[in-house]
Amino acid sequence: MLSLRKIPPGALIGLVLTSIFLFAAIFAPLIAPYRLDEIVGDVWEPMTAEHWLGTDNLGRDLLSRMIYGARTTIAIAAIATALSFVLGAVLGFTAAVVGGWFDNVLSRFVDLLMSIPTLIFALVVLSVLPSNIATLILVMGVLDSTRVYRLSRAVAVDINVMDFVEAARLRGEGRGWIIFREILPNALSPLVSELGLRFIFAVLFLSALSFLGLGVQPPAADWGGMVKENKEGIVFGIGAALIPAAAIAALAISVNLVADWVLNRTTSLKGGRGDG
Amino acid sequence: MGGSLVLKLIAQRVALGVLLLFAVSVLIFAGTQILPGDVAATILGQSATPQALANLRAELGLNDPAVVRYFRWLGGILTGDLGTALSNGRDIASSIGERLGNTLFLAFCAAIVSVPLAILLGLLAVRYRNGPIDKAISGIALASTALPEFFIGYVLILFFSVKFNLFPTVSTVYDGMPFLERLRAVAMPAAALTLVVLAQMMRMTRAAILNVMQSAYIETAELKGLSAFQIIRRHAFPNAVAPIVNVVMLNLAYLVVGVVVIEVIFVYPGMGQYLVDHVAKRDVPVVQAVGLIFAAVYIGLNIVADIASILANPRLRHPR
Amino acid sequence: MAEARKTSNGGSSVLLDIRNLRIEATVYPPGGEPTNVVLVDGVSLTLEKGRVLGLIGESGAGKSTVGLASMGYGRGGCRITGGEVWLNGRDILKRGPKGLRALRGSEVCYVAQSAAAAFNPAHQLMDQVVEATLLHGKATRADAEKRAVALFKALGLPDPENIGNRYPHQVSGGQLQRVMTAMALCSQPDLIVFDEPTTALDVTTQIDVLASIKDAIRDTGVAALYITHDLAVVAQVSDEIMVLRHGKMVERGETRQIIEAPRMDYTRALVSVRSIQHEEKKPTPTPLLSVEHVTAAYGGAVKVLQDVTVEVHPGQTLAVVGESGSGKSTLARAITGLLPPIEGTISFAGRKLPPRLADRTRDDLRELQMIYQMADVAMNPRQTVGTIIGRPLEFYFGMRGRERDERVQQLLDEIELGKGFIDRYPAELSGGQKQRVCIARALAAKPKLIICDEVTSALDPLVADGILKLLLNLQRVEDVAYVFITHDLATVKAIADSIAVMYRGQVVRYGPKSEVLSPPFDAYTDLLLSSVPQMELGWLEKAIAGRRMESAGN
Repeated sequence: MLSLRKIPPGALIGLVLTSIFLFAAIFAPLIAPYRLDEIVGDVWEPMTAEHWLGTDNLGRDLLSRMIYGARTTIAIAAIATALSFVLGAVLGFTAAVVGGWFDNVLSRFVDLLMSIPTLIFALVVLSVLPSNIATLILVMGVLDSTRVYRLSRAVAVDINVMDFVEAARLRGEGRGWIIFREILPNALSPLVSELGLRFIFAVLFLSALSFLGLGVQPPAADWGGMVKENKEGIVFGIGAALIPAAAIAALAISVNLVADWVLNRTTSLKGGRGDG
Repeated sequence: MGGSLVLKLIAQRVALGVLLLFAVSVLIFAGTQILPGDVAATILGQSATPQALANLRAELGLNDPAVVRYFRWLGGILTGDLGTALSNGRDIASSIGERLGNTLFLAFCAAIVSVPLAILLGLLAVRYRNGPIDKAISGIALASTALPEFFIGYVLILFFSVKFNLFPTVSTVYDGMPFLERLRAVAMPAAALTLVVLAQMMRMTRAAILNVMQSAYIETAELKGLSAFQIIRRHAFPNAVAPIVNVVMLNLAYLVVGVVVIEVIFVYPGMGQYLVDHVAKRDVPVVQAVGLIFAAVYIGLNIVADIASILANPRLRHPR
Repeated sequence: MAEARKTSNGGSSVLLDIRNLRIEATVYPPGGEPTNVVLVDGVSLTLEKGRVLGLIGESGAGKSTVGLASMGYGRGGCRITGGEVWLNGRDILKRGPKGLRALRGSEVCYVAQSAAAAFNPAHQLMDQVVEATLLHGKATRADAEKRAVALFKALGLPDPENIGNRYPHQVSGGQLQRVMTAMALCSQPDLIVFDEPTTALDVTTQIDVLASIKDAIRDTGVAALYITHDLAVVAQVSDEIMVLRHGKMVERGETRQIIEAPRMDYTRALVSVRSIQHEEKKPTPTPLLSVEHVTAAYGGAVKVLQDVTVEVHPGQTLAVVGESGSGKSTLARAITGLLPPIEGTISFAGRKLPPRLADRTRDDLRELQMIYQMADVAMNPRQTVGTIIGRPLEFYFGMRGRERDERVQQLLDEIELGKGFIDRYPAELSGGQKQRVCIARALAAKPKLIICDEVTSALDPLVADGILKLLLNLQRVEDVAYVFITHDLATVKAIADSIAVMYRGQVVRYGPKSEVLSPPFDAYTDLLLSSVPQMELGWLEKAIAGRRMESAGN
């Protein structure tokens, strides 16, 4: 079904890179040459055969920390995205189908939440909450769910007014059938694409928070925190901080490419979306 | 007459914005009260005696119910008293004063470069759409939206400050600095901020202009024999102004937020740096005040965006 | 070197001479390779000065494409790949972009289908009307405006002196269409291409605009290409008619010959559309559906239905006719329970129907089915034909597995689709096939009454004919009653047993077909009946002369 030839080059690069990162994240302890917090050499040593990416600001192997960092970054971003998605999509769909005061109240509240820039609100909240991973995931998940809410509600409303949904209603179908068999299958393609975008946003957001010192706390490593640790070296011309930064960029771009490709494929399935 | 309808709509939008701002202030205040975290303990430290803690709590009015404390805080803000920083006891309003100017200057520099550039690139992309120029511009834009700000920032520092020694590595500015030197200090953070915002703005501008170009009245103009330039000037432009202004305003709002990370990267003494420092110190009054200011600017720019849309809509200016 | 042709009498030369025109486009079907399609295949036509040629065909026939090619324009990626287009003695396809710009708006002008979209919302009407004239240097601003005002007057626009100062959104659809005609005439071109100018308008407005266009053409002596899918309309306006199908010419001749003695089968089919004969059935003692004094409103404020009383008898068809805004679709929503009436009752099969959908029993819902206008959105694009038709069988009768599949195939046979459709998706079907599947879905529930909401309005005339014949057949076989909602009087004459004419939420005329369609008429019905173009020459003039009531669009 999936022949390698038919995949466009952009998507192929995306798939390969994403797989590499995922592989590193999942099998971190097995493939990292050194331990996460093991001091193996001098501070900021250059890249050698022994240490492929050199060492960091405390003399730890940069490659190993990058691999563990992949695990932390991807895991937190993935869970936060899952949370934001489930929360946002379920509420958005329900609001669209149920309507009435539920829809009104919820939508006004989401509008309110969205009128504050996410970063600012996250900073405000993180100034009082403890800085552990659970809090981070919760804060990111809830704040991001607002965008997912808006999108799923808009998509569901669009589909809800189509004649085939009305035909199902006239038949006497219950709400469950209408949501899961009529609306959801047609909402999948924009939602899947949004999933990719939300993940990228979560990665960038988490990295920004860690860079500001408010995300993952040491000695645990995520890529944003690693940039922060190594940033002093820039002034001396040492590019160690750029490696995790580049990795974040690479992950974001590759996921974007894959999401684009998935979007194109699902809209070209038999039947497509029916409304163009 | 259309004028009164437009005025009414604008007044409504502004009123809505003010209401929103109040609601946001409640949200920000509530956001910092989530944990019954002990402010007194934060100030006096772990080793404070229970008596000292109780005294401080009474002095700071922390025993009053939340609603009372909210209105006390809000009243202060409206009269210009932003409170006192917990960590160093200094008046927040005066600490912000100069920093606010610095942040606005930085944002302004970035805006003045990115806005015309984004519009120009958007126009180019549409003029040669689906050709190599368009694909190149769109591709680069897509890639740069995935780049984290610190990547752009540190690459800039590494090359222009360290390797080529053109700009200072740390962008300190101070009162009374000669303008040219100030520009030199601000150049790199402004460049980084520009790059962050440019990509998104350009894509949205392109989409807005493309939308206008695909309207039926553009075809009508073509079938009358107008040249491409005449079509763009007479028919596309008047209808594209509103969506473009909208896009620009929305992205300027985004710029306000991007300032935070950029200031930390370049150690620039602005509001963003101030906020981040005090979040780490868990200095709630500062966070509340600065957070509110950022939110107000963000909301204000969004209001301007909406007003621009209203003003530029011929149906509203000349109703039936 | 090729030459411009002369007319048969050797007099003034031919204005437009299209030779072997070939137009292609690349389509990108989802999930497939980009392919080349030929939109126009070797079409040739000549048009002399001052004559009107009607281009007629169903959708996809290529008529708009040919019309636009006479200006050297290809919409949306169409390329002219062969043939020549001679205008005023030279081949415009060889002129290059600058040459084309010189003749557009000056020798040839275009009147689009949707005036509302064709005008720039940011500029006043007068600026846009005189733009082409000024651009090509044909008159000074003052003269051009004078000419424009005279045209406004001639086209019957209200307040011709000042209407130019308005913006497009401040003016109604019918008026806008006339302003667009004025815009085309202002630069005094040799040829105007009318691309379905009245299709988007209400029936009663259509006639007035059509008459204005015909007068304007006659008074200015301009030549015209009149593109439409409605043969009756084109018969009123053109001197000659050319029939197109799938990009090829089918037949061409004088209007009288095409209408009265068509030579090709396809032309014959087009001419005889809606001539289905249907014997009117007499009402039975007990009605199947009884709507009594129903009043309904949205949000309790604006009344969309007022005191509506109609009946439908078993196995018969009630046609509900009206223009947009008449309340006919709202009546359907009230009957189905989507818009509970605030007054009145609805009885069905001897029992009173609860006003709200949620209160009705499953049998209530099963026996009353609905078919929609746009078959594309009436079916879930992610379900197969088998699932779409099979669901009512599962839901109402608990049929599963082989029993259900066999019944689905039976229904497919009944709607004349046959084998091989069960696993297809809606996107793979043609317009007519999609509507047939919707009919099968309705039939699967074994209903007593089916509400057909404008089910043929979005279809080509020949396809629509097929659907109507199918519906009549099914009525005979399954003894099902119809409430047939439409704005098309020709359809009504073909299939109704009783008719209700609606205007602004009220029933202005109701009764058996023969009674409703015989005089004396109330003002609105008279207007409506006289607005339906008949396929006879000279009908337009008679209709205009006999009008009593002002049409809404003016």
